Amino acid sequence: MTRDEIIAGLADILEEVAGVNPDDVAEEKSFTEDLDVDSLSMVEVVVAAEEKFGVKIPDDEVQNLKTVGDAVSYIEKAGS
Amino acid sequence: MTTATGSRIVSVGHYQPARVLTNDDLAQMVDTNDEWIRDRVGVVTRRIADNETVADMAAAAAEKALAGSGLTAADIDLVAVATCSSVDRCPNVATRVAAKLGIAAPGAYDINTACSGFSYALGTADHAIRAGAARNVIVIGAEKLSDFTDWTDRATCIIFGDGAGAAVVTAADEPAIGPVVWGSAPEKGETVRIEGWRPYIQQEGQAVFRWATTAIAPIARQACERAGVAPEEIAAFIGHQANARIIDGIAKRLGMPQAVIVKDIVESGNTSAASVPLALSKLVERREVPSGAPVLLVGFGGGLTYAGQVVRCP
Repeated sequence: MTRDEIIAGLADILEEVAGVNPDDVAEEKSFTEDLDVDSLSMVEVVVAAEEKFGVKIPDDEVQNLKTVGDAVSYIEKAGS
Repeated sequence: MTTATGSRIVSVGHYQPARVLTNDDLAQMVDTNDEWIRDRVGVVTRRIADNETVADMAAAAAEKALAGSGLTAADIDLVAVATCSSVDRCPNVATRVAAKLGIAAPGAYDINTACSGFSYALGTADHAIRAGAARNVIVIGAEKLSDFTDWTDRATCIIFGDGAGAAVVTAADEPAIGPVVWGSAPEKGETVRIEGWRPYIQQEGQAVFRWATTAIAPIARQACERAGVAPEEIAAFIGHQANARIIDGIAKRLGMPQAVIVKDIVESGNTSAASVPLALSKLVERREVPSGAPVLLVGFGGGLTYAGQVVRCP
């Protein structure tokens, strides 16, 4: 799966969970600062991402995922 | 005493203290605001006990349930109380309730599985009736969480409230309390704590949120299966009133298009073991679902423990 495909998948999740406009989703965007995703929505995003991409994202790791790019890199690495 | 093929909830009752604590009141005490609390937790008001003890609130709720049951104190042979916030270790809350209501010699025990307590206690009542150990039971969930709340901690003090709910359960030819599905996740136990001497409630909100939004829907589905009721037929869903977004998350995963998704958390906050019977009693009072309709109860929380069953609405 390419980075662009992962971003598209995350954009779908963010729209569904937190009502984020998919056009706003890009690698450099911060979940909390730019996309207005609060801590509980972030948990829902992570759970949905685990299911969609077939990876495990432990609680300890979630706090390191500040930007969309961080999440893409983690999913890319965890899924390989 | 003879065994029975099943049991049913005949009547319910609840008690909440008079004092209302609003989000604006809390904003005067800690750095928070109404919008944040509504958005993250879903609470608008909660009730806080002043002089009432857990036993006082439990007895008040039980008295109302008993009054609606057509039975008298003399008919009750078991009192089961779910609570995690009774300050006194002994006598237990159940015997104090019995003393207040004039129930002469009932079996009387407290059960502590925190927020899942009512479903656990209701399960034990159903089992006792089926086993012939009891015939008419009062099952109560009662909490005074304000005694264990750190009023300087903005992460927790906005969540909790005090109150009690009760149900009178009797033997029935047609089982109207479905098999309880219960269990726990001990490895996650440290995520909700009321520990030590003179403790406060502490919790790891995100970890609990994740567990509740993912692990509980399958338990709820199992409770439906064990009762032979499809989620599509559920008339009302009363999950533990922990957080409005958890309740929505579970409801969405389960898929209950017909169900009233009960959110008493808005006006009562999180009252741990009291939340499910309190919400059930208010639902019955509003006559929001017809008598006999299937209602899904699911408690989950501290321990981490969980329990749920489908009951027929009294």
